[in-house]
Amino acid sequence: MNTPATMSTTTAAPVPPSDETPHNRIRVLVLALGAVLFLFPFYYMVIGSFQAVADKSLSGILPHPDNMTVTNYKEINAAIDAPRALLNSSIFTMGVLLCTILFGLLAGYALAVMHFRGRQTVLSGVILVLVVPFQLLQIPLYVLIVRGYGLGDTYLGMILPFAINSTAVFIFRQFFLQLPKELFEAARIDGAGEMGTMLRVAIPLARPAILNAVLLTFIGPWNEFLWPFLVTKQQDMQPFAVALANYMNNVAGRATNPDGSNMAGGVLLAIPPVVLFLIFQKHFTSANIGSGVKG
Amino acid sequence: MTTVSGVTGTPTEADPEQTTGPARTERWVGRQPLGLLFVLPYVIFLAFIFVYPLIVQFFISFKDYFFAAPGATVERPWVGLQNYVDVLKDPTFQRSIFNVFEFLLINVPATVVLSLVLAYALNAKIRGLWFFRGSYYAPYVTASVAIVTVWLFMFGETGLINTVLGPLAPDPSWLINKYWAMPMIAVFVTWKQLGFFILLYLAALQNVPKELYEAADVDGAGTMAKFWSVTVPGVRPATALVVILATITGMNLFTEPYLLTNGGGPNGASVTPVFYMYQKGIEQGQAGYAAAIGMILLFITLLIALIQRRLLEQD
Repeated sequence: MNTPATMSTTTAAPVPPSDETPHNRIRVLVLALGAVLFLFPFYYMVIGSFQAVADKSLSGILPHPDNMTVTNYKEINAAIDAPRALLNSSIFTMGVLLCTILFGLLAGYALAVMHFRGRQTVLSGVILVLVVPFQLLQIPLYVLIVRGYGLGDTYLGMILPFAINSTAVFIFRQFFLQLPKELFEAARIDGAGEMGTMLRVAIPLARPAILNAVLLTFIGPWNEFLWPFLVTKQQDMQPFAVALANYMNNVAGRATNPDGSNMAGGVLLAIPPVVLFLIFQKHFTSANIGSGVKG
Repeated sequence: MTTVSGVTGTPTEADPEQTTGPARTERWVGRQPLGLLFVLPYVIFLAFIFVYPLIVQFFISFKDYFFAAPGATVERPWVGLQNYVDVLKDPTFQRSIFNVFEFLLINVPATVVLSLVLAYALNAKIRGLWFFRGSYYAPYVTASVAIVTVWLFMFGETGLINTVLGPLAPDPSWLINKYWAMPMIAVFVTWKQLGFFILLYLAALQNVPKELYEAADVDGAGTMAKFWSVTVPGVRPATALVVILATITGMNLFTEPYLLTNGGGPNGASVTPVFYMYQKGIEQGQAGYAAAIGMILLFITLLIALIQRRLLEQD
């Protein structure tokens, strides 16, 4: 494990295996054991979602053709209008993504390469928000947004508290900080305005950071439960996570196979982020996240 | 949040050559005053969803504030510290704090050990690395609500786990057993968040100087010895971070007690502070009382964050 090869970064593309040493065999064994524990519930969720009758026996781990059906998916779709709920989740998520990229990039850029009065104060603000989770402010946010401004059952009310993801602002800032200062100075000398410098010089270079921030930001609203749960009472406004949770608590009992229809909902909710991460896995690296978290 | 020390420590560069000409205005507004315009939307956002709600929560917590029917004008008298006194004396609140400690006792050590070991194992060039990494991130990127469905299926009274365990299965079953409910939430959250912490440790492992491993080799240290004497101390700042982040996660549990253990059951055995705040504030409409819970939790969280900074600055 002390060879240069094994100590180098994990972010590189897969390399010719050097896993013939006994140490690496232990390594692979540990990783494989872990992977089974991590993937089994996902596998079991998919299997269970297709079972006509819930099969909790040991042999139920394997798919049995005579016990397979899509009824669970039909039932949950009939109960919560899955396309509508997925659309709500998408609008909620897209709103957050849009605001985060638009305003978050501006803020991250300014906090990294521009000098202006109040910069330190804003930076301290970012950090404070990262430390204090939104859940602890759920009561006043509910009082203000739902009771005060009457934004219950609206997309705006859902999006507001999450509109600009502070972690993303942070990742942007850390990324712009790493770019050489001369780059910005040269652009300024050439007479490019700040906006031009940002759009033509900084952002094209920031693609990896942007992709990373997009992935991180995506899972926030898509998976969020508490806030949209507080904001939406009408079922046709509920994001999928909220609709599914309400279904589990109130409706599933009446389904032909309650466990199966719950898991069918779980599969539908899990697919978008998992697929996204599979596609972009290579870009979701420790180096980039590290820049966001290490400081 | 982890960056706390790194950022605040960043010095604003003083440029001595910039003292002539428009230096005065510059000193006053900065070299690129336009920057203020760039951060303005974000500043407004922070003011609106953080600063203002914080002030509102502070005031509500000193009032007998409850939700009335829309349109009705109601008296919401000042009650001073009464809400705080009531909260601190409330057995359910005390129970929820106790539950969090029970959660942390399991979650924090398990998270630190497992994420470090797995990150260490992943920090190599081996066949199928992308597959392993993908497996560990999968629960992290998936909604708790989605995963809860299969955990309920597996850990139910007649579920797969109990089928396998046979007579060893706990009675009542895991999620409705007052001794097992909170540990089950801890296991669930550990499993779900581990991918994120593995990522943190992977980043930290890149910063352990290779020379230290080489020196250990010269001293003839074995794999285990190197792990203990080089890797573990080398990632100490990350460990401090993982401990604090896991602690803050523990302070904010809501979805798991709500869905996994059916509303903090059985009989309050898995009630968490944030869940209790929701119950009091939203379900029962006692916003003043819930706001006081919020303020107390905020105080505890900031205290933890301060300790975090201390720990990180030591390194």
